[in-house]
Amino acid sequence: MLQKGTKAPEFELSSGDGENISLQDFKGKNLIMAFYPADWSPVCSDEMALFNEMLKYFSKYEAVLVGVSVDSKWCHQAFSKSRNLHFPLLADFEPKGEISKKYGVYDEKEGTSDRALFVIDKEGVIAWSYLSPVGTNPGADGILEALENLTSKNNYV
Amino acid sequence: MSSQLKPPVSQADHEQGTAAASIEIVEYGDFQCSYCGAAYLVIKKIQQVFGNQIRFVFRNFPLTEVHPQATIAATAAEAAAQQHKYWEMHDLIYENQAELNEGFLYQLAEQLGLETTKFEKDMQDQSIQAKIESDFESGMRSGVSGTPTFFVNGEKFDGGAEDLFDMLKENAA
Repeated sequence: MLQKGTKAPEFELSSGDGENISLQDFKGKNLIMAFYPADWSPVCSDEMALFNEMLKYFSKYEAVLVGVSVDSKWCHQAFSKSRNLHFPLLADFEPKGEISKKYGVYDEKEGTSDRALFVIDKEGVIAWSYLSPVGTNPGADGILEALENLTSKNNYV
Repeated sequence: MSSQLKPPVSQADHEQGTAAASIEIVEYGDFQCSYCGAAYLVIKKIQQVFGNQIRFVFRNFPLTEVHPQATIAATAAEAAAQQHKYWEMHDLIYENQAELNEGFLYQLAEQLGLETTKFEKDMQDQSIQAKIESDFESGMRSGVSGTPTFFVNGEKFDGGAEDLFDMLKENAA
């Protein structure tokens, strides 16, 4: 997977509400990219439902969140609606897994994205990345720590 | 990720058992989450079997977008705590989880003999909302990855309540 200090690869993907979203859209903001295997995992342990509750904490660090999986935009739309998600889910659907592969987080055997997190800074450089063990929902503590480091770094410069 | 409970258990927490207990279990839970409802019964069993070896702490982790009643239920438990009935309310909510709604919480308060005017006032208290949010934020920092998440003696436990029970039984054997 791509590591800290690497320039984040460009992407343009359609979201569940039909918009095209690209990396450029997030210039000047910190971006959290959460790659995950599939929509519709069980509710209480669902990573997207979990992060959905944390958006206001992320925004304290001028950070926004996107989820990425190989599900189609229609699947994302239904999933997003059922969980009341307030952030975009991007469809890495065609060519399948292209962006996940660029970020080095595609599971060829399963044909899905890995469960992986990236924090990308305001200049589009990867500030932190983390690959989660299979079946383990990573939680948000690593994200918060990365965002805190970014913020304190900016304060000192 | 991080597996340490942050911050450690303090006076601000609701606890059963004493600090002298050898096993400290902290649950991050959501009152409307059915997995937490199932875990509630297992925790009761653990407390029965291990008695005063267990100190049990509950912190709020309401997933409000999927569980619209979770925050108000957490508020009711905290409001009951103002009248020293936290665990009574906590237990009643889990035992009647299917009925959960605002009106029902007021019925439970009455059933517990809480003073109604004070309870109603505390239900609106901003400091209670701040407590719930601070529980939630501590859960984020501790790496809570869904509900329920357990911490045993300050370390995140990878598993559900039944796994926790099994682990404790194994260690005791």
